[in-house]
Amino acid sequence: MSSDYDYSDEGDAFYDDDEDMISTGDDGSAPSDDDMDMEFADDFKVPQHSLRKAYEIEHESLSQQAVEKLSAADVDHISSIFGVDDSTASLLLRNMNWNKERLIEKYMDNASSVSVAAGISTPSRASPSATGPAPIRSSGSRRRTTRLTPGTSLVTDTSNSPYLTCLVPKAEPWVCPICFDDCQTSFLSLSCDHSFCAGCWAAYITSKIREEGEHSIRCMAEGCALVAPDPFIISTLAKHGQDEDGRTRERFQELLVRHFVGANSHLKYCPYPSCTYTVSCPSASSRSSLTTMVPTVSCGANHKFCFGCSIDSDHRPVICPVAKMWLKKCRDDSETANWIKSNTKECSKCQSTIEKNGGCNHMTCKKCKYEFCWVCMGPWSEHGTAWYSCNRYDEKAGVDARDAQSRSRASLERYLHYYNRWANHEQSAKLSVEMYNKTEKKMEEMQITSSLTWIEVQFMKRAVEEAERCRATLKWTYAMAFYLDKGNEKELFEDNQRDLEKAVEDLSELLESPIDPEAISTLRQKVTDKTVYVAKRNEILLEDTSNGFAEGRWKWNIAVEGFE
Amino acid sequence: MALPKAGETERLVADPAPGITAAPHEDNLRYFDVTIQGPDGSPFQQGVFHLELFLPEEYPMSPPKVRFLTKIYHPNIDKLGRICLDILKDKWSPALQIRTVLLSIQALLSAPNPDDPLATDVAKHYKEDEKDAQRVSREWTEKYASN
Repeated sequence: MSSDYDYSDEGDAFYDDDEDMISTGDDGSAPSDDDMDMEFADDFKVPQHSLRKAYEIEHESLSQQAVEKLSAADVDHISSIFGVDDSTASLLLRNMNWNKERLIEKYMDNASSVSVAAGISTPSRASPSATGPAPIRSSGSRRRTTRLTPGTSLVTDTSNSPYLTCLVPKAEPWVCPICFDDCQTSFLSLSCDHSFCAGCWAAYITSKIREEGEHSIRCMAEGCALVAPDPFIISTLAKHGQDEDGRTRERFQELLVRHFVGANSHLKYCPYPSCTYTVSCPSASSRSSLTTMVPTVSCGANHKFCFGCSIDSDHRPVICPVAKMWLKKCRDDSETANWIKSNTKECSKCQSTIEKNGGCNHMTCKKCKYEFCWVCMGPWSEHGTAWYSCNRYDEKAGVDARDAQSRSRASLERYLHYYNRWANHEQSAKLSVEMYNKTEKKMEEMQITSSLTWIEVQFMKRAVEEAERCRATLKWTYAMAFYLDKGNEKELFEDNQRDLEKAVEDLSELLESPIDPEAISTLRQKVTDKTVYVAKRNEILLEDTSNGFAEGRWKWNIAVEGFE
Repeated sequence: MALPKAGETERLVADPAPGITAAPHEDNLRYFDVTIQGPDGSPFQQGVFHLELFLPEEYPMSPPKVRFLTKIYHPNIDKLGRICLDILKDKWSPALQIRTVLLSIQALLSAPNPDDPLATDVAKHYKEDEKDAQRVSREWTEKYASN
């Protein structure tokens, strides 16, 4: 579905994997198939907006490669400042959660301790300026060697990473301390000199990456804090890992990207399963910005999500803190509230909630011993001996009691009013798949019974899509209205809500109506008009709400995170 | 890595660490019956504690699963016998073995660490009144861990 709200040829685009791109919906780039259809449907031509609307937010979708480039730029920067190689710089940055400034400060302060903390070989090697002797972790008498000795095989590419040693020339038979296999021929170790056979290394690295999702892989020796640099991991996987399809390596790259994205507040990973896009949205990176806007973004694969919170759908027009509060309330209260509403009444004296689980209508409150009639809620004393039937329905006391009851129910009722409408729109949205199928059928029918072409019946599909989009907006307006403080602002908001709701209901009704071959052209005109109108109403509501947030116009009846 | 390390089980059985026995089940070579004697000088002295040890599929890339079967009053071991020990979790190294794991558990009996508790009530007891807590540990050892 397209993310914009007008029927022009702008909108969603498909991108190549390795392209940096903007997908705000206003970029007017290559239209998708869906949008192509629209181009022919003249009914939907409305003037194209070149400016972004108030309720849309500037963001950029980045492919995994683009994020890799970003992190590589940071790595480059650090490696040129510190005079270390890329893999060292990468480990330093990862250990400092990609905070370049802090890393530079700490590193200038005490390079060796930073290097040790990051699990980089010996501090003196990582930084020529480091003070103090390098801690030697190896307890063995063997010295690390990078020479090629006849009879041993060079396992790792050492040309650009001098400390990635892997040569363990063994004169005597040597047993890997992990698998105790004494017939292994290739051994690997980090600069700590803890040697293990290549098979164990590969199995260990694979298990860390695949099972634990870990990108920071320590030496296998007990208590050794050295971290394997990327080239070591990649070459070990390539040469000894059972990674023919390259999936472990891919996963490793993805873990690195995710770590980088997680450390940057202006980046967020697309939450859709197995989607690898990242969205960059600098304007929504601070928590305080979330009180003035709803950062709905879409990734390069057109998955729409909220940049500011973990709600995976578009929750416009309501801002994240309020949306979260509402969802929590619904989770906690709805079923209980519904049950209380349908199964209990309050004692008219002490307001205790009472469930009548059997017996006659003569109730005695357990708490205050007040005796009353369950049917009319009036005092039992006025009922005389009229068991099981209440003929005093209009007695003043009974009416008063019912009034009191209704007052005490008001807040519950109020909540349920909003909740039921919210749930109703949610339910309608869930039925949209069915609606689509029905509409498809209708569209076929129209093509058969009238002279309309396939392109000309697309108005039905458009209308269904628009209705669904508006229902999503409507749904969240009820969450917003529940928390809005009484006053003119709220009334204006509810006016907009009412107009949109009425328009959507009208449109839905039109869509449900049976097709009369004679009147198809009228229907088409009506649906088309209505769709444009509905879209306009939706836009007005979103725009006004969004402006309201920017102006600080909305007042809440409850403390909202970020508001005073 | 589908089986215990080559020769590990044999060496474990043939040359056990002092105060520790470990024997694999006949029908499941990944499952071990373990006993650990309470270390001298600890409240667990004289006690013989039964444990179960299981080597998961990924062993030795991931740690063995170990659990006390005998009830024990110890701040780092809970009611279900689960053990709070760093090398069984994030500090696991494939270079460790069943033997080293069991030795570490034995050492844990000598040196309880109430600052990193699993059984919070026991840890509180140990912190507030160590003497009394050790008395309870001794009682439990006598009650549950003496054959």
